[in-house]
Amino acid sequence: MMRRVLAIGLVCAIGALLVFTVSNYLLPFGTFPQRKFENFENQSVAQVYLENAPKAEAGGAGSANVVTSIVWDYRGYDTLGEATILFTAVCGVAMLFRAAKEGD
Amino acid sequence: MAGMTLIVKTASRLLSPFVLLFGIYIVLHGHLTPGGGFPGGVIIVAAIVMLLLGYGAEAAKAKFSPLQASVSENIGSLILVATGLLGLFLGFNFMKNAIPLGTTGNLYSAGIIIPLNIGVGIKVAAGLAVILYAMLTAFEEEEK
Amino acid sequence: MNVDYIVAMLMISFGLYCLLIKRNLIKMVIGLEILTFGIHLFLISMGYREGGIAPIVTSTNPASVVATMGVDPLPQALVLTSIVIDVCVTAMLLSLAIYAYKHYKTLDTSELRRLKG
Repeated sequence: MMRRVLAIGLVCAIGALLVFTVSNYLLPFGTFPQRKFENFENQSVAQVYLENAPKAEAGGAGSANVVTSIVWDYRGYDTLGEATILFTAVCGVAMLFRAAKEGD
Repeated sequence: MAGMTLIVKTASRLLSPFVLLFGIYIVLHGHLTPGGGFPGGVIIVAAIVMLLLGYGAEAAKAKFSPLQASVSENIGSLILVATGLLGLFLGFNFMKNAIPLGTTGNLYSAGIIIPLNIGVGIKVAAGLAVILYAMLTAFEEEEK
Repeated sequence: MNVDYIVAMLMISFGLYCLLIKRNLIKMVIGLEILTFGIHLFLISMGYREGGIAPIVTSTNPASVVATMGVDPLPQALVLTSIVIDVCVTAMLLSLAIYAYKHYKTLDTSELRRLKG
């Protein structure tokens, strides 16, 4: 009973801290290319991807969907690693149930 | 596992080809509409799951056995790696978009993305089928 | 008062509460899933532009409109990878839960702690 109250209090404290951190004062919302955060200004590579991906020349990918061209063309090696993770998970589940089938 | 009532059997038998066709459409149009290989593979495996839940494990295994699912997953993985090695053999780095890009907006455009989407769609569908067959028939071997 | 960030933080809190309080194994897995969904929502909504459109070139949105009014496509591509990894982790967790139920005939973690060997 005491542990329950302590756990609820901890979750409420963490929730209040998180909601205060992402309020409009600390983390501005809707400012995609120009992000200013207390004189720290950064740009991102996403603007370059948005301009170059639909072009059918040497620098672009030639596809109408920008997100698919990022996943398979500009960062294709990460997606190959993710396919390896899927293969490993299928091997792990099959191995667990094969050991249970052959009995003790 | 056993099957379900007559209404579920009829509905799943009538709807399953259309779900399969919709999944293939989402995989093939990955470079024109939102989607791609991963959501399309999950929709393809939903067509098999409808038969598995409605008719039982024995009837579904007669149509698409776990051995066929395992071999299909390996074929999908080999398509993925072979398309990446194509760029290496043509003189550039691994997984470079080296085959000719068409005009943006047609079905044939964005050279290397179509075979990659097909490979990943087959791989995700067959992998999830293996996982579901292993989980749903785990308790049957004990009763024998 | 942006709603996306606050809802994401509330989902993280609910998932954390479910992980701490519940004792059934399946309910703990559900709590972990809600926590992961909250994190994905927070990551995607960080790339929003005022009055933005989806980054897809169609017949009504040519390439110049997408380049000036499109939202950030990079977090969407990274969250796509993260969703597949979450599915793999959940598959391993659920198969371990099935294995534990078959061996010990119970899914309560306070009972599972007392049975040793």
